Formats: sequence, structure tokens, C-alpha cells
Amino acid sequence: MKQIKVKADTAELDNVLSFADTILEELGCSVKAQMQIDIAIEEIFVNIAHYAYPEAEGEAVIYVEPGDGSSSVTITFEDEGIPYDPLKNEDPDITLSADDRPIGGLGIFMVKKSMDEVSYEYKDGKNRLTIKKSF
Amino acid sequence: MLNITKNANGNTLKIILEGRLDTTTAPQLEAQLQDALGSVTDLKFDLEKLEYISSAGLRVLLASQKIMNKQGTMVISNASAEVKEIFDVTGFSDILTIE
Repeated sequence: MKQIKVKADTAELDNVLSFADTILEELGCSVKAQMQIDIAIEEIFVNIAHYAYPEAEGEAVIYVEPGDGSSSVTITFEDEGIPYDPLKNEDPDITLSADDRPIGGLGIFMVKKSMDEVSYEYKDGKNRLTIKKSF
Repeated sequence: MLNITKNANGNTLKIILEGRLDTTTAPQLEAQLQDALGSVTDLKFDLEKLEYISSAGLRVLLASQKIMNKQGTMVISNASAEVKEIFDVTGFSDILTIE
């Protein structure tokens, strides 16, 4: 398992993606799965950067763990910000017309749709969001 | 990294996007569109060289669609299979005109 610890700031997004992409490329991840995983990382990390630490600066740790046989990956996002389970948000209504659809609310929905498993726990003062994807 | 190329011809505006439309780059596109859409009635996006789109990028496309619904048409062309799948999963295939 490899990990990266960064400031919970969107300016760190490219560093987090480079870190994960290097591992995904070593694992032989397909282009499609890598894009889906990158999107999931972006949506989750940006959420942490925007909402976890409303009053101060904080950090996030991202753990990347290849699965058995290297054809899957598990990625865990950990922060010590306010307890927040993004999976509880109601899914957006994707049948509405363009005029009726709100701008936003799609990020976590895309994560849920494209990953094989998504789970959340709050433990020992930490938010832990875990995604798993086979490729 | 996102390259934005704008070709304006009368009330037609074609925008070629190259690279990644994400949290970091979406504000650049949003700012350019705010300046450029004024009298446009025919907006075209060429996504042939767009490698990646996240919800931040989708937000900008939806905002553009809302504007163009009031003043003309918006068409998206040449999206890759991966980008098209994002449009499918999010229901954008139904609200955008994709050719």
C-alpha cells in the first residue's frame, strides 16, 4: 500500500492524481477505468478540500492499495475534518430537462455509478471514504 | 491542462477543447464563455481532443446549455467513447445535443 499526505486544498489535486496514476499505470489499468478512477479521486478530494475544514487548514491522506492479482485497486481518503458522509446525499434526478436541472450535485453520484464499491465510516475522529474498482 | 480554441463567425461560435476539463480548468472555460456567448445563436463544442471531464466540467456545459436554450442552439461533437459514457451515466446525453 502506498500513501500520500497533502494539504486539503484543490491546488493539490494534480499531485494526488499523479500519485495515483503512476500506480494505476504500473498495474496496467485500462484507459477507461483510469479515467473513472481519476474522476472519483477528483470528486472526493475536491469535496474534502471544500468542506472538511471550514475554519482552518487541514490535511488529507490518500491510500492506494492494489488488489490481489493487481487487477483491482482500493483507494481510501482520510481527513480529520467535520464528520461528513457524502454517500447520504440524495442522488440527483437525471431525468430533468436542462432548464430544470440544478448546476451541481453530480460529483458523488458519478463516483457511486462508476466504482464497484464505495463506503464511508467515521472512526477515531477521522472521515474515511473508500472506493474499490476492478479493471 | 486545457487548451481552449475559439472560432467565431458571425453568430456562430465553435469551441475546441483539448486536454482535461476538471476542477482546475473548468473556471477558465466558464470565464471565456461569459465573455463570448453574448450574441451567439449557434454554439458548437468540438471534444475530439478532450481526454477527461469531471463534474466541474459538466457544470460548465450545463450552464452553457441553459443559456443557449434561451438564445439559440448548442451542439457537441466528436466526444470520445469515455466522455460519451460520462454523458450517459449523468443523463447529459438526454439534455445535450450530441452528434
